[in-house]
This record gives sequence, structure tokens and C-alpha cells, in this order.
Amino acid sequence: MEWEIVIGLETHAQLSTESKIFSNSSTRFGAAPNTQANEIDMALPGSLPVLNRGAVERAIQFGLAIGAHVAPRSIFARKNYFYPDLPKNYQISQFEIPVVQGGSLRFFVGDEEKTVNLTRAHLEEDAGKSLHENFTGPHGESSTGIDLNRAGTPLLEIVSEPEMRSAAEAVAYARTLHALVVWLGICDGNMQEGSFRCDANVSVRPKGQKEFGTRCEIKNLNSFRFLERAIQYEARRQIELIEDGGKVVQETRLYDADRDETRSMRTKEDSDDYRYFPDPDLPPLVIQPEWVERIKASMPELPAAKRERFESELGLTGYDAAQLTMDRAVAAYFEETAAVLPGGQAKLAANWVLGELSAALNRDEIGIAQCRVKAASLAALIQRIIDGTISNKIARDVFAAMWDGEHDGNPDAIIEARGLKQISDAGAISGMIDDVLAANPAIVEEYRAGKQKAFNSLVGQVMKATKGKANPQQVNDLLKEKLG
Amino acid sequence: MPIHNEFDSIAALRDALRDRKVSALEIADSALQAVQASSLNAFLHIDPELTRAQARAADALLAQGDAPSLAGIPIAHKDVFVTRGWRTTAASKMLADYTSPFDATVVQRLHQAGAVSLGKLNCDEFAMGSGNENSAFGPTRNPWNREAVPGGSSGGSAAAVAGGLAMATTGTDTGGSVRQPAALCGVSGIKPTYGTVSRFGMIAFGSSLDQAGPIARHARDLLELLDPMSGFDERDSTSLEDCDGVANAPGRIRNAFDAANARFDAAGPRPLEGLRIGVPEEFFNEGLAADVAQAVENALSVYESLGARRVAISLPRTRLSIPAYYVIAPAEASSNLSRYDGVRYGHRAQSYTDLADMTSRTRAEGFGPEVRRRILVGTYVLCHGYYDAYYLQAQRIRRMIADDFQRAFADQCDVIMGPVTPTAAKRIGENRDDPTADWLADIYTLGVSLAGLPGMSIPCGFSADPSPLPIGLQIVGNYFREGELLAIADRFQQATDWHQRKPESK
Repeated sequence: MEWEIVIGLETHAQLSTESKIFSNSSTRFGAAPNTQANEIDMALPGSLPVLNRGAVERAIQFGLAIGAHVAPRSIFARKNYFYPDLPKNYQISQFEIPVVQGGSLRFFVGDEEKTVNLTRAHLEEDAGKSLHENFTGPHGESSTGIDLNRAGTPLLEIVSEPEMRSAAEAVAYARTLHALVVWLGICDGNMQEGSFRCDANVSVRPKGQKEFGTRCEIKNLNSFRFLERAIQYEARRQIELIEDGGKVVQETRLYDADRDETRSMRTKEDSDDYRYFPDPDLPPLVIQPEWVERIKASMPELPAAKRERFESELGLTGYDAAQLTMDRAVAAYFEETAAVLPGGQAKLAANWVLGELSAALNRDEIGIAQCRVKAASLAALIQRIIDGTISNKIARDVFAAMWDGEHDGNPDAIIEARGLKQISDAGAISGMIDDVLAANPAIVEEYRAGKQKAFNSLVGQVMKATKGKANPQQVNDLLKEKLG
Repeated sequence: MPIHNEFDSIAALRDALRDRKVSALEIADSALQAVQASSLNAFLHIDPELTRAQARAADALLAQGDAPSLAGIPIAHKDVFVTRGWRTTAASKMLADYTSPFDATVVQRLHQAGAVSLGKLNCDEFAMGSGNENSAFGPTRNPWNREAVPGGSSGGSAAAVAGGLAMATTGTDTGGSVRQPAALCGVSGIKPTYGTVSRFGMIAFGSSLDQAGPIARHARDLLELLDPMSGFDERDSTSLEDCDGVANAPGRIRNAFDAANARFDAAGPRPLEGLRIGVPEEFFNEGLAADVAQAVENALSVYESLGARRVAISLPRTRLSIPAYYVIAPAEASSNLSRYDGVRYGHRAQSYTDLADMTSRTRAEGFGPEVRRRILVGTYVLCHGYYDAYYLQAQRIRRMIADDFQRAFADQCDVIMGPVTPTAAKRIGENRDDPTADWLADIYTLGVSLAGLPGMSIPCGFSADPSPLPIGLQIVGNYFREGELLAIADRFQQATDWHQRKPESK
């Protein structure tokens, strides 16, 4: 039987505010345990939450960026459950009426474009951390410590519809979402520190079936690789289970990266009743339209808008435009490069940024901010291709030299010093062609006998003789002429 | 006998302090002595050195001649307001050794106004109860009769004033916890509009209902505390910035009181001419004791003689306020009290097998029976499958009750008056086998709390008991009318002497 995998993601993005969502203690990562927890974070008697406007602003930015409805009135609710690192033993979250409703995300999976709808995004507080390892109590006994530095850190929980059909789609969605929140500056995107983590809801069903299968939720996937593997493993597990006559049980599972498998954490039967109810300590969150307008006006051009513009104004393909708008700095670099080139050459700039430049960045594992080849230099190099000074192939060598910092990365100086200028003198090329033809009578015969391959071989010989500097188009034309 | 009892009012004591006829330290010392000698069990924690330090600071200000309004006035706080100096236990074993690292806003504001705190007052555990019998540290006794309850939950607050131990005290009112003990102890108390006094530092019971208010001998003394206590606080998100166009800040209530007073003065011999008093028929039901009904009736006659007019009104959902309240308040309490788990502070069970066991044992040991009962009720009504039937339904009734009051204020009356309680104080231990019987006795106070309206209680007579116990008159106003309410109560107290009666010293 053919199976279809159904995936929905719940993503927790830590918002980039200086202070916590309901208190003024710092959200900085890595401080000594419990040094960033005040009376509110510790839930001391008499303390009360006060909402951080910055967190709301970031949620609004996100809502605008995905074309969602920003609720003029949303409600904070208490999610009640006992856990030692949850100081109030309830989490302040949003339940029935979240601040961001709907919206969608467009992205490419390989060459194929995909749109995934979002259900909602809501504001909530993070819990603290239990320290189980290497922790001893006051009498030296092994014990569990609680660090409340993270308690009250603002989170935006972003919930997608179950519209993804493969692990690759889920990863592409997560990457696009990650790129978006970082682009907006509302999340630092640091996955090692837990600033961006995903829960995946996975189910399978026979292809063509309308009803969803029973789903399992895999918690806390903090890398794209784990996300992909966990989904792949989980889908395989469910399919094998069903094919062996078993039944999927709705449950929460954990992904064990070392063993590359998911394990049951708790089933629905013993899951908590969270007893949600509106938090009486916080009035409804009212967002005036003027506030939304002000935020909209102050926001950077959004990736979706930029992408549209790259396609319509610069003539890029949807795929290239999408790739270039995954990262704000990359998009800016591309725009700077394309701006100095003649009209219609943006495609060439896109090829270079997404091709040679990206490959070099990946090889050296650096970001575009650390890139030694500045946009203006890359543009100068591309200019030399356009004006016929060098070929595309030679340009790659020049780029490598620029990357290594030769001649301060100045492409003209490198071309000059290495003598890479393309030979466009028809007389000189003609002479060399004559030499090649004279030296390879057998190949000329083959060509005459109708073998196209032989022609390419002759072109190669000429290029080799000119050390690649001959203008390839010119070589083609002249060779055809001489061979009659 | 504390020296402050020689003065009829805070204003009189203030004059004496300012004229340096008496020092804040002398006042504090004599009050502390009385507290220590008292058998009322009204106080839970005292710290004479802390009190004396505050009194000395007040004396310094008084000596400079620019002392704030309450400089040297001896007060005390209900033990649900957190304090840096004194322990804060909420009268619970759960917090028996707890000291807060910060002061409640109410505590801070009264301190800034110069008041000298004598310590912390007994109450029902986590403010749950109406007889002060639910304190983990023993019941407070009614100064009028040691066998009677002082009311609750702010029983210590009312008993301390009635017993002459403090000039005024703070209390909290979730469903009547200021008005009811004030009535049963023969003193005055006011619960202001929800949102006018900060809840920051007030240990939460039912967050959407909890509101702090003072208890004192009479309306003018209430004004002295309530005015500086109230005001917007950015640390409480439910605190209001604006009260019907007037900034929520100290001065608001005093100005309204002065304006109302000026109006009454100008009206001549019948100062309350034109005032329409709504008397809800539902408050005079079969459960109301004859002596209470009579005392309230007499009080209404006094008001009529002052020029006011009685209007019969109906608050048709009065009976529903009991189930609505006893769903909403426990629901919020069940969540508010979740934090007491023995992990970070407070009581922790000595032995346990695992984490879940530690939590359950800690909470089973730390909370008393009434608190446990309300947590269970609250947990139940919030459960999946019951939420709509109980919690949402209760919220709907709550809105209807608030609407009923608004209709009355819009068309029929300026204030509403009636009894505070169906009977005078019961005997300690009376309803021990029927814990919910006390819940029914809250019928006259709950609606006001659910609607978030200001309400007060002033003494208006005594029961027919062989050893008579005080009876209170409830006065309810529309939102933000605390100043007018106090002025209206003050007119009654100018015409009567119920508030001047004192229990015989025993």
C-alpha cells in the first residue's frame, strides 16, 4: 500500500526582548543559575505579572509578515499543571483567542513551490530548567536543582496546519520560518540555546484517504537534521506498526538523536487536564489598529514582498528569488551587487550569489557578514564577464583569487596580473584555429563525417591552446566558418 | 489601655502628635503593650523593635513639622499583605516561616503616609472563611463576646480595632471579608471599587474579586486610610489608571468626600435631601434574623430623617450570587494556590517517595480543611467537561448580577442599603459539622464583590442576645463612589453613636 505522511509543526520561537514577558528580569542566556529570576519569576506570594509590550510588538510583526489577522483583543489564559520548574504551577499562555490568527508561509521544496497555512501564533512564557545531572543537595545526596533564569522568557508558539507531506517539506517549512523570524529580528534563531525549537505532529494514512490517521507528537526538536530524522523515523514506525496489524496510539514522543529513534513519553490517557481559564491577573490584550499601523511602517521590507519584487522587477525565477530572500543580509548583498550592473543582468548576479559565493561561504562556514568579497567587488567581476573581458569560467578563477585576498580582492588587478584577459582579436584566434585544424586532421575528418562531438573536441583544443582566454563564442563562430 | 483610644479619630490623634502633646513612640509602645497583653489572638506576628523604629522615624518627621497625614498613627496589616519586616503567613501552616523580600503596595503606601505598623493580623487561612476559625494559628475572638467569632476573613483586623488595639487596620474583601467582620465586631469597613487599590503584594485568593480595604471605628477614619492606599500601580495589571475621568491617585476619594460633604452642608437641616436609597427586597428574605432586620430598619429611618428617600428595588439574582461566587472564587484559588508546592519556599513534607508524592503530601499537610475544600471545588469546576457547565455559567451569572446593580443605579437609586449578614456573630465552632452553612451567610455581600462595586459596613445596632452583639448596615454605591459613600456613612455617624460603643474591657 502507498502511504501518505501528514505533518503539522508547533514551533516555539524565543522573542528577542531584553526582559521577560511578565517581569523585568533579564533574558540573557548563560548566567549563573537563578541570578535572573525575580519575585515574579519565582512566583513569590503576592507577585503579579505585567505584560512586556516588546513581546506583543514582536508578535504583531510576525502576524504582519505572514499575512495573518492580528487580533484586536486576545486573552491570556492559565495552563495548569504541576512541575517543579514551573514556579506558579501554571503557565501563562493564550488559549481560546490567540494574538495572531491564520496567515501562511510560501517556500520551495526542491524545485516545487509549496504554501503552508498557519493556524495561529500565541504568546506564552517559558518554564525554568531542572538540573538532574551532577547536582548534589545540601547533604551531598544526588538531587535535582531548579534554575529559573529561563522561567518567564517570552515565547511565540507558531502552529501550522497539518499540511506538510514529507520530512523534507517540514524541514523546508521550518527553515523558512526560522529565516523569517531572524529576518524580522524578533528571534535570534539560536537553536543550540533553544531559541527556536519544533514539536512535530506526525500521522500516516493510505494515499487517497481523506481522514487523518492517529497522530503522535514529537517534542523539542532543536535542529533541522533532528526534525527531518525524527519525522522519517516516526513515519516509518507508524507505517510498519499498521502494516503489522497494530494501531497507532496518540501519544507524546521524544526523539533520541543518539539512537535515531523516537520513544514514548506519555500517552493521551495519562495526559493532564490543563484546566485552562482566562488569567484574572491580566486584562484582555487590546491592540489598537494605530499600533499595528505604526509597527507596519517601521518594519523592514518583508521577505515575501522582496521576493515578489525580485521576480517582477528583476526577472528572477521564483526559486532564485525565494533562495535569495531566506536571509536578510544575503538579499541585501544581492541587491547591492545587482544595482551596479546593467539592466537585465540581475539573473547573473543571482547565479553568482547563490552559486560561487554561497559555496565559498559554506566551505569556510562563515556568514555573509564575515564575507571578504564585498558586493561592489563581486559586481566589478560580473561586469568583466558582461563586457567580455573574461569568460564565466575564468571569472571563477578570479573569484577564487579574490576570496583568497589576492590584490586586495580587486578583480581587475587579478585579471591584469595573471594575464587572464580574454583574447577577442579575430586574427589571433583565427591563427590558432588554423594550427589546431592542421594538427588534428583525424578529428576534422570525424566532424565532416557528421560527428558533433568532434566539433566540441576541436573547440576544446582551441581553448586549451589559448589557456581558456579566447572568447568561446568567437571560437565557435570562426571554427564553424573554417570547417565550412 | 493604649493611649490612642483617648482620641476619637485619627484626625484628633494627628493634631496631638503634630502639637507634640504625645509622641509616636509613646503611642506605639502603649499599643504594643496592649497587643501583648491581649487574649483576642488578633495578632499573629509582632516585632516591637521594628514598630518602634517606624515610630521614631514618624517622630522625626513630626519634629520637622512636615509629617505626612498618618505620621505616628498605629495601624496593623492583615497577614495576607506581604511585609519585609514581619513574617507573612496568610494564617497558614504552608507559610508558617515565610518572610517576603518585598512590601505589598498597600503596606508601602501606608508606610509612606507615615503610619506605624504594629504587626500582622490573624485571619482565615488564605482569606478563606467568614469566622476566622480557619486560621492555622487559632481563632481570633470577638471583643464583644469571647465565645463569638469576630467574622472573617479579616477577623483579626476587625477585632483589633474593636478591641482598641489599633486605630485602624487593613483587610481584604473577596466576598465580604472586610464588610462582614466589621459588622460582627461593631466597627466600620469599606471595600472600594475593584481596581482602585493595588493587589501587588496581596496574597491572591480570588484574583478577579480580591480587593483591599481599611477597617476603622468610623467613616472619617476609613477615609484617612483608604485615600492614601488607593491609586494606580503599574505592578498590578488590573489596577485602574482612571476612575470615570478622574485619575486613580491619592486625593481622588478625599476630594469626592469633601465635595459631597459640602453639598450636604449646603442642604441645611435635611442634609441628604434628594438621596435615593435603594432597598433590595431580596435582602429581607426569610433567612434574615428579626433583630438584624430591625436594626437595619431603624438605620433606614435615621437616613429618612436626614432627608433621604427609600426606594424599593429588586436584585433578582441575589440568591444566584452564592453558587456563582463559590464557583469563580475557588476556581481562581485552585490555580493561585498551586504555587505552594514546597519546592521554592514554605512548608515541605518531611518524607516522600517521589516528586508527585512530595507535592501531594506537602499540600495535604500545609493547607487546612477549608482551603483544601475550595481547591478541590475549584479544580473540579475547571476540569474538561465541567468548565462550560460551571465556570462559564458562573461568569454569565456574574455579568447578569452586575447588570442588575447597574439597572438599579441607572433608574432607581443613588445608593443601596441593607444588612451585611443574616444574623449577628455565631459562636466559635457553631457550624463545624456543616462547613458550607457559612457559605450561605455570605448572601448579602457576594453580589457586590461579583459586580466589583464599592461597599461598606457601619455599626447600626445590637442583637437581641443576652450578651448583645453588634449589627452592621451595608451601604453600596456605584463604581468609584467611595468618597460619597463615606460622606453618607459619616452623616449617619454624626446622627448616631453606635460607632462609639465599646465592648467592656475583659
